[in-house]
Amino acid sequence: MTEKNVVTAIHDTLHDEMAADDRVVVLGEDIATRGGVFRVTQGFLDEFGDQRVIDTPLAEGGIIGFAVGMALHGLLPVAEIEFADFIHPAYDQMVSEVSRMRYRSNGDFGLPMVVRAPWGGGVHGALYHSQSIEATYGHIPGIKVVVPGTPYDASGMLRAAIKDPDPVLFLEHKRTYRLIKGDVPDEPFEVPIGKADVKREGDDLTAIAYGLALHLCLEAASRLQEEQGVSVEVVDVRTISPLDRETILASVVKTGKALVVYEDNRTYGAGAEIAATIAEEALFDLDAPVARMGGPDVPAMGFASSLEHAFMPNADTVAERMLELARF
Amino acid sequence: MYRTMVTARLIDEASFRLNRQGKAPFVVPVSGHEGCQVGTGWPLRPGQDMWVPYYRDVAIVLIAGMTPYEIFLGLFAKADDPSSGGRQMPSHWGSRRLGIISHSSPIATQVPHAAGIAWAARYRGEDTVVGCWFGEGATSEGGWHEGLNFAGIHKLPVVFVCENNRYAISVAQPLQMAIQNVADRAAGYGFPGVVVDGNDVLACYAAMKTAVERARAGDGPTLIEAKTYRYFPHTSDDDDRSYRTREEVEEAKHNDPIVRFADTLKEQGVLDDAAIDVMWAETKADVDTQIDQAWNAADPEPSSLERHVYFEGDGA
Repeated sequence: MTEKNVVTAIHDTLHDEMAADDRVVVLGEDIATRGGVFRVTQGFLDEFGDQRVIDTPLAEGGIIGFAVGMALHGLLPVAEIEFADFIHPAYDQMVSEVSRMRYRSNGDFGLPMVVRAPWGGGVHGALYHSQSIEATYGHIPGIKVVVPGTPYDASGMLRAAIKDPDPVLFLEHKRTYRLIKGDVPDEPFEVPIGKADVKREGDDLTAIAYGLALHLCLEAASRLQEEQGVSVEVVDVRTISPLDRETILASVVKTGKALVVYEDNRTYGAGAEIAATIAEEALFDLDAPVARMGGPDVPAMGFASSLEHAFMPNADTVAERMLELARF
Repeated sequence: MYRTMVTARLIDEASFRLNRQGKAPFVVPVSGHEGCQVGTGWPLRPGQDMWVPYYRDVAIVLIAGMTPYEIFLGLFAKADDPSSGGRQMPSHWGSRRLGIISHSSPIATQVPHAAGIAWAARYRGEDTVVGCWFGEGATSEGGWHEGLNFAGIHKLPVVFVCENNRYAISVAQPLQMAIQNVADRAAGYGFPGVVVDGNDVLACYAAMKTAVERARAGDGPTLIEAKTYRYFPHTSDDDDRSYRTREEVEEAKHNDPIVRFADTLKEQGVLDDAAIDVMWAETKADVDTQIDQAWNAADPEPSSLERHVYFEGDGA
């Protein structure tokens, strides 16, 4: 075990997978010479060469399209979209091509490829360096969407994503990159895609979250335990699609109360699907209405600290909502 | 080559006949494009090189190894349609076995794929060349530019073939671009652009052969613009009378690539009228037999709707 932050865990895992399998190539903007704007691919160019570490022109649709071609011809591309906010020009490739290749060819072709993208707010990213895109792609069958929140999960899920025969959109919350630290095994390991994880056990209510919001929930839960004696179970969704309904429902049935916390705009966010699933499947086990905390329905967060804070959830607001639900 | 052109034409005529009979709800015609397709498809090696076609490329997929029977399985949306098992509209080709890359309906999305395949082929040390076909309408799309630009930067082993029939459905070339020749755009990507008479199959062959040799030698891509014309509407659901005069269409048919190639073959003494008549009759009988076989094949099971969203294991 070595203690690492999230970005180091991703760097090391990607490095090890490239060293272990020469079919793995990385491509994207600023990833080779610069080593990535978040330094995820630092040193890769020198070690693996320019046929495997590819600085592309500034063309997101092209990046995804080139990766599709590479995946169709024997490689395992890991494409980087510099910020999740910039993936929109590639929406056509993602939806019309990446998600449908297997389905439209009746299983003849598959796309073993990973698209990595840093997402989320809390870093003064303003409107175009802060967005959440998980719901947009969670709505598209054929693409798996993962949102690991810890160094351990980021490492294990990235390895699983690279080995997955289907396309995986691998979303890395950029505020967690250097903020969140944790132990990561030194030997290769995988964390399965499609499995949520109970990050903290509790009895009074279940908080369901992912990304940075997971850590806000963990902090709020710990504070409520100490200060109020309220016991909160925290479920880390980890995979947006396919969603692990069983783990979420089992926890909610146990505690009888559910709070879904997500950073994306509240309306039609991924948390809405989770809340709907709970309402559909666990209504008679609930002791309170399903609660949701999401971002306000404004286009995106502002640059000014005051505007960013007003958009983002924080441990105080989450603890407040948890307490309210516990007392219901 | 001539037989493949004839086969493509007869597939088209049969498809429209079946459309009028109510047996084929949707047809994408090829007629008029046989010369540029056979000419540019012929220099590639079936089973070794890669084919990234678009929906009008009946003759391209014939050269790659798809049979008329398989094409009609697609037209009738049968379970054994090799392209999609009846999921996609007809003429949305694909076959991993034949190296024909599955494509969608949005235009030019396959162009970056061709560049990516070429990258992978070179990386793996193969001498594979990728052929990528599209209409001139595709050249307005951003993805087209992105694909050619990347291929040019890295001198990838790919040949881009524009089948310029002057209309993107109804929009005529002067409203698509301010230039006469799509091939001029190649200069912006740092590789040669070649204009060729798309109704002259041998000229297309010569241009493609040069481009394929150049690609295989590691000298990078070529953009070939084959100027041609489509004799039928964009699809069976289109009415081209709203944007093309009948006189224009009839005039274009005087340049029929099949007639022109037949004349050449006769001049050279390769075929005579009798041999040509026999070839048409044989091919028609063969196509008609394969149509009957395809028509009698099984439809997809409704229960298969939810299959192949994700990997189902080897051999699934």
